[in-house]
Amino acid sequence: MATTLAKAADGMETATSAARIEHVSKSFAGPAGQQLVLDDISLDVAPGEFVTLLGASGCGKSTLLNLVAGLDRPSAGAITTDGRPALMFQEHALFPWLSAGKNIELALKLRGVPKNERRGKAEELLELVRLGGAHGKRVHELSGGMRQRVAMARALAQESRLLLMDEPFAALDAITRDVLHDELTRIWRETGLSVLFVTHNVREAVRLAQRVVLLSSRPGRIAREWTVGIPHPRRIEDTAVAELSVEITEELRGEIRRHGQH
Amino acid sequence: MASTETTTAAAKDGGDLAGLEAGLDALETVPQGRKPFRQTLTEKILPPVLAVALVLAVWQALVSFKVVDDPSKLPAPADVWNVVRDAWLQGELLGYIWTSVSRGLLGFCLALLIGTPLGLLVARVKFVRAALGPILSGLQSLPSVAWVPPAVIWLGLNNSMMYAVILLGAVPSIANGLVSGVDQVPPLFLRAGRTLGATGLKGTWHIVLPAALPGYVAGLKQGWAFSWRSLMAAEIIASFPDLGVGLGQLLENGRNASDMAMVFEAILLILIVGIAIDLLIFSPLERWVLRSRGLLVRN
Repeated sequence: MATTLAKAADGMETATSAARIEHVSKSFAGPAGQQLVLDDISLDVAPGEFVTLLGASGCGKSTLLNLVAGLDRPSAGAITTDGRPALMFQEHALFPWLSAGKNIELALKLRGVPKNERRGKAEELLELVRLGGAHGKRVHELSGGMRQRVAMARALAQESRLLLMDEPFAALDAITRDVLHDELTRIWRETGLSVLFVTHNVREAVRLAQRVVLLSSRPGRIAREWTVGIPHPRRIEDTAVAELSVEITEELRGEIRRHGQH
Repeated sequence: MASTETTTAAAKDGGDLAGLEAGLDALETVPQGRKPFRQTLTEKILPPVLAVALVLAVWQALVSFKVVDDPSKLPAPADVWNVVRDAWLQGELLGYIWTSVSRGLLGFCLALLIGTPLGLLVARVKFVRAALGPILSGLQSLPSVAWVPPAVIWLGLNNSMMYAVILLGAVPSIANGLVSGVDQVPPLFLRAGRTLGATGLKGTWHIVLPAALPGYVAGLKQGWAFSWRSLMAAEIIASFPDLGVGLGQLLENGRNASDMAMVFEAILLILIVGIAIDLLIFSPLERWVLRSRGLLVRN
């Protein structure tokens, strides 16, 4: 896989993408021979852009995210990212043997931040996700929403230009999820990060993204794209969000229906 | 295509969101306090004390009502107590205990030094696992007393022979504990570690080892039980005056002298020391590891 570092060193600006996915295919060895999971995906995430990948089960959206994260290699095609992307999972994936703050400090340490700066940076990141004072808290003492915010702070500690999110709010209750949507939007706008966000929740996709990419299933192909022009702050109950969600849901259902026909 | 008009009347400001979040955090976090001592007393301390008292009562009854009317078969609790007290007053009791405990703990530490890297190798290197994994599991089920005769022949009647028996008993437990600890590390932690840049040795040190700690500590606990048992077997079979009198030798001396009170004394001391080391060192260690990860269920 071609994970080359940022080509634009100093002079060139906006010439590179945060992530460039070029004609990527991926197949796995299954019981019925090679199974194609992703078929010729091409997608560019511009610096500072928020893109959601939307699809039903089996569309390979998590597989695609793993490829971009460098956890797996594509069978064909190339992926270029600006440094190593940060990744957030559906489960918080915080290490239970470390406190909330130490989880963040470990990320800083692995990035090579000197010891005397780690504590301060971790506190800053916790402040950013509004968990100042939670540094010494054990993971099991935090609520689900707080854990995901610590996980977000840990991902931000990597200071990557690209944040990959694999259904990070799917396991949360509706109220907490809604609050974290606002929180993520705020942090994205404050930091200017690029975000590639995977979900099967249409409303979530529309509420968050500048661009929604719909993947078809088995194999995953890009079916359609929407640019979301609704200005922030958005609410999940906004009529504009609802209208676009209805349109996308229709398309998604059409994609799913095709699989029942043969 | 999306319409671009906003339909929400008022845009929420940041302070609003912060307040909402603080409220959610407060609602979803359950304050945890320590149990009151009274509750610990009635739930944790009283039951085992009652059980011991019951055993003593039955024992005393067997002697008092002459169900077993032969002090050379079953001495009275008071007789055993007197033997223990005499040994204490003569300053010998701590000597017996220390001889065995120092051997046991030193042997255990050696087993730790060998078992830990061995377990790590078996867990992480495929070829080593295929080669040694089954042997280690097999050794774990071999009673370590079986090693005493060969150890005596190879090393003679000395302390090295005792340590050899302890090692053969405890190393497989410790190594196997670490292997199962590593096997139970959730793959999610490994993936999360890799995205943070913890690969290779860094991954082993920062992610795999701490994640495997609960299994490792369980292995240590079992390793201690095996060390202690192996040592007692070795001391009973290889009792030799020059080696100093440990608890195993005490038991053997009691048998040779047909002194049942002394035999009981030795058995009780072996039991109490084994439990005490577990209660003082290994159980607190295990509880601390589990509690700090929120794995200890309390209700």
